Amino acid sequence: MLVFITRRLLFAVGLLLAVSLFTYLLFSMLPADPAALTCGKNCKPDLIEANRVRLGYDKPVLEQYWLFLKGIFAGRTYGTGATAFTCPAPSLGYSFSQHECVTTMIANTFPVTAYLSIGAFVLWMLLGISLGSVAALKRGKWQDRLATTFSAVGVSLPTFYIGLLVLFTVVIWLGLMPFPHYESPFENIVGFFNALILPWLTLAVLSAASYTRLTRNGMLEAMNEDFVRLGIAKGLKRGVILRRYVLRSALVPIVTIAGLDFAALLGGAIITESVFSLPGMGRMSIRAVVESDLPVLVGTTMVAALFIVLANVVVDILYGVLDPRVRTKS
Amino acid sequence: MISDFALEGIDLVKYFPTGRSGILGRARENVRAVDGVSLSLRRGTTLGIVGESGCGKSTLARVVTRLIEPTHGQILLDGEDITHASGKELRRMRTKIQMVFQDPYSSLNPRHSVGQIISAPLQVQKMKPVQGERQRVHEMMELVGLNPEHYNRYPHEFSGGQRQRIGIARSLILNPSIIVADEPVSALDVSIQAQILNLMAKLQETLGLSYVFIAHDLSVVHHIADEVAVMYLGKIVEMGPSNVVYSSPSHPYTKALLSAVPVADPKRHHRQDRIRLTGDVPSPVNPPSGCRFRTRCWLATEKCANEEPSLNPGGNGRLVACHYPLETPVSIGS
Amino acid sequence: MTSSLLSVTDLNVSFDTPDGVVRAVSDVSFTVSAGETLGIVGESGSGKSVTASSILRLNSSTNATTTGSAVLAGTDMLTCSDAEVRARRGSEVAMVFQDPLSALNPYYTVGRQIGEAYQVHHPDASKAEVRERVMDMLTKVGIPHPEQRVDEYPHQFSGGMRQRIVIAIALVNSPKLLIADEPTTALDVTVQAQILDLMLSLQAENKMAIILITHDLGVVAEVAQNVLVMYGGRIVERASVDALFDAPTHPYAWGLLGAVGSLDHNKRGELRTVIGTPPSLITLPPGCSFAPRCEYAHSVGSVCTTTVPMLRNIGHLGSFSACHMSDEQIIQIGSKVRA
Ligand SMILES: Nc1ncnc2c1ncn2[C@@H]1O[C@H](COP(=O)(O)OP(=O)(O)OP(=O)(O)O)[C@@H](O)[C@H]1O
Ligand SMILES: Nc1ncnc2c1ncn2[C@@H]1O[C@H](COP(=O)(O)OP(=O)(O)OP(=O)(O)O)[C@@H](O)[C@H]1O
Ligand code: SF4
Ligand SMILES: [Mg+2]
Ligand SMILES: [Mg+2]
Repeated sequence: MLVFITRRLLFAVGLLLAVSLFTYLLFSMLPADPAALTCGKNCKPDLIEANRVRLGYDKPVLEQYWLFLKGIFAGRTYGTGATAFTCPAPSLGYSFSQHECVTTMIANTFPVTAYLSIGAFVLWMLLGISLGSVAALKRGKWQDRLATTFSAVGVSLPTFYIGLLVLFTVVIWLGLMPFPHYESPFENIVGFFNALILPWLTLAVLSAASYTRLTRNGMLEAMNEDFVRLGIAKGLKRGVILRRYVLRSALVPIVTIAGLDFAALLGGAIITESVFSLPGMGRMSIRAVVESDLPVLVGTTMVAALFIVLANVVVDILYGVLDPRVRTKS
Repeated sequence: MISDFALEGIDLVKYFPTGRSGILGRARENVRAVDGVSLSLRRGTTLGIVGESGCGKSTLARVVTRLIEPTHGQILLDGEDITHASGKELRRMRTKIQMVFQDPYSSLNPRHSVGQIISAPLQVQKMKPVQGERQRVHEMMELVGLNPEHYNRYPHEFSGGQRQRIGIARSLILNPSIIVADEPVSALDVSIQAQILNLMAKLQETLGLSYVFIAHDLSVVHHIADEVAVMYLGKIVEMGPSNVVYSSPSHPYTKALLSAVPVADPKRHHRQDRIRLTGDVPSPVNPPSGCRFRTRCWLATEKCANEEPSLNPGGNGRLVACHYPLETPVSIGS
Repeated sequence: MTSSLLSVTDLNVSFDTPDGVVRAVSDVSFTVSAGETLGIVGESGSGKSVTASSILRLNSSTNATTTGSAVLAGTDMLTCSDAEVRARRGSEVAMVFQDPLSALNPYYTVGRQIGEAYQVHHPDASKAEVRERVMDMLTKVGIPHPEQRVDEYPHQFSGGMRQRIVIAIALVNSPKLLIADEPTTALDVTVQAQILDLMLSLQAENKMAIILITHDLGVVAEVAQNVLVMYGGRIVERASVDALFDAPTHPYAWGLLGAVGSLDHNKRGELRTVIGTPPSLITLPPGCSFAPRCEYAHSVGSVCTTTVPMLRNIGHLGSFSACHMSDEQIIQIGSKVRA
């Protein structure tokens, strides 16, 4: 198992390096001139050139990449003398349009995205697994049909549609809540929940739809397994069979998909954050795209990649924990 | 010069690379599925191959039909080396040797009609029978006992036995001289097995076919084979005329295998004096040193662990690979 | 005759499927007494497994309809409450399935799976007691190094070893009846011999009754005392093993034994066969379900295709046959099948 984890981690580091290089090269090939974007429309050429040198855009791409990598571990100082400024390690670059270190920007926006993701994740797993279980247990009955319809409708609706629908119904039409306005949970816990409940629901309903289907099909498949029949033949209670035999084997594939879905969400729930005006990483990425704020784009892509790679490692390890066939392969 | 043998395999070896180990996953191990097998199929006769699950029967069948390439060794078809045949040569060779598979359910494409299935080899070979394709398929269907009117039906409309007939018709349409049948009756009910075995015997007689017939059911092989080869962990341990091998096995494994077969006759109960093998077949990744059967053999000595017995003549036209072959009567009522 | 341990009467099982109603089991009645081994043989799809799983009420609850009774030691397993069935499953009647690869839960150690089967019927047993019982069973079924292997997972065992573990699970509560549904079909002959030996020696120890389902007449001949031959969801012959092999009394049994017999004896001659293929259980032919394949049906007359033959006693060996032929005819043909 230790060898297994070490191998996965080594692989993950390699993968991250590759992704970062690829991202960096990709963005450096964009037709936009990052130096020209550092000051407004009627900028003087000599100012552009000065900024170019200050930010290191005059160097060859690979050297820029090297400086970027070094910055992650050692921090990075831009310019010299009085106008010099420093982004401490781990530095992911400097956004000229926002006049801020990218790391600081991510540190400010990430918690919002994380709260959103964790809440939605918990909700959708609970909802999806329980609906899926009910559907499987009441196969062919009205509960099953209801759950199947829900999942069929849910997977086919786009996020912004559900988001806007929820927003319109609850806030504008029924007037049940004020328009959500994000507040930190440490300052105003009620405001925090008020702001996040609708986005949580939006994301949860969507993903729960596909997890309902996954759980239902997984359980129905498991119920036909010989070992479940042997469990019944042992005289075990229905609840025990469902927990130890049916749900257990249905959950293994779900864990894999859930881990990756969750990681993707941590990289920024772009649409949901935009619809509900949450100051998270997703909304920040959108702004960066619109304003061609390259350092921010590189930074957020890198963070998203980190989560995906980490999630893969965690899922692999979980897989080993959940399935002894993986763990004890001779 | 035309050889006496329709098909020969010389020192055939097939290894499959397997799982990885070590931090970087470099070190490789091999499943030694077939590990030095020589055999020859006399024209117009049947060579039976028996052995327990995983001993390499199917792999051997796929090697001699060139569905997979051997790691080592030589295959002769009508005396001609086809070990590395490719392209046109391989295609020509496939008209002479055809395969019938175990599972009549999965070896037929469910979306093709019976007519399409049976005539498919003709298209692959770009052959046009003189009497026309449809007529040729009708003849094949009649030959194997299918109603030619069912030309346009689909596999799911047929029973297991009928599907196996379809598989046999498909294998015969190119007029091959050799059929390699991998457990052709194992998936069928007893009453249907007998129908297929009778059909194969009849076809052999009328068309002069040579068969390699693989089965784990010893009585089925006894019935159909002229010669029989007993395999254990990738090697042949005993081979010879089937009445010789069956009536007086010389290798301890052959003896144990035969004695384990339940006899359908309550009066001939022999559960008491049966040879009981203990344990399981070892892994083909790390087979035991020396004789591979020694871990389960009641006659094994030090010598068996150190020296690998070679396949030597053992009386009555058989070959046996054992340091201590069992006593057998010198001649058997011939 | 002593009172029977299990008595199945007029068992009928049908399944609702999109293609129609599958009459899987029709009018099946039989008894099993303590210590007896009853073999059930028959073609694939003839209803053997469904008959067996009805006794434990294991048939799917959504599309199966089961009628009749299956009285096990005084309790009708088909009509008693769920709790009563559960209390008997695993303790009075246990089951061994065909495929040892899929019959064990891949997520738990074999020790836990055996222990769980014991614990559910001995809720007061301490952890140590359960463990002791588990080790006991592993030793009994011949697993080498039980103290080490008890904490391993099913995939770490070979097919034969897994079937031993399934047997350990079945026997951990010393049931009165063991139902083994093709317990050796997936195994090699040498391993099959080991497993059959094991079952017989454990049976001798506990005086347990066994229902052994198989399609291998050799296995039946070696281990059973009595046999049911099933065809198209019905019992067509019921006999002692000796009677079945000496003088079978049903044309389907003749075909079956003839095919096997000729495999054993007349080398390379044409095998005797049963022509045609088994019937669809959705559109069962009226009358005798074997009639379309029976070479005697036309000589008997139209009754074969209009009236279902009932099981009746034939000859002096205590055999029962469901065939319209006259007793004399049956006895005459039956005595020649194995000659
Ligand atoms: N493509 C493959 N890759 C790796 N291993 C293989 C492959 N094909 C077969 N093997 C292994 O080679 C060995 C021999 O397999 P093979 O299928 O030839 O046995 P067999 O005698 O036909 O068994 P059975 O009676 O179960 O059909 C087995 O251990 C099998 O797992
Ligand atoms: N849950 C089910 N739904 C529909 N049909 C079923 C179901 N279970 C069994 N059957 C049908 O009932 C018939 C009898 O099946 P059963 O499994 O008892 O046969 P069997 O004699 O055990 O055959 P085999 O030798 O292949 O195991 C078959 O035609 C089968 O398709
Ligand atoms: S009842 Fe008629 S059809 Fe059925 S087995 Fe007897 S003779 Fe044959
Ligand atoms: Mg094979
Ligand atoms: Mg069955």
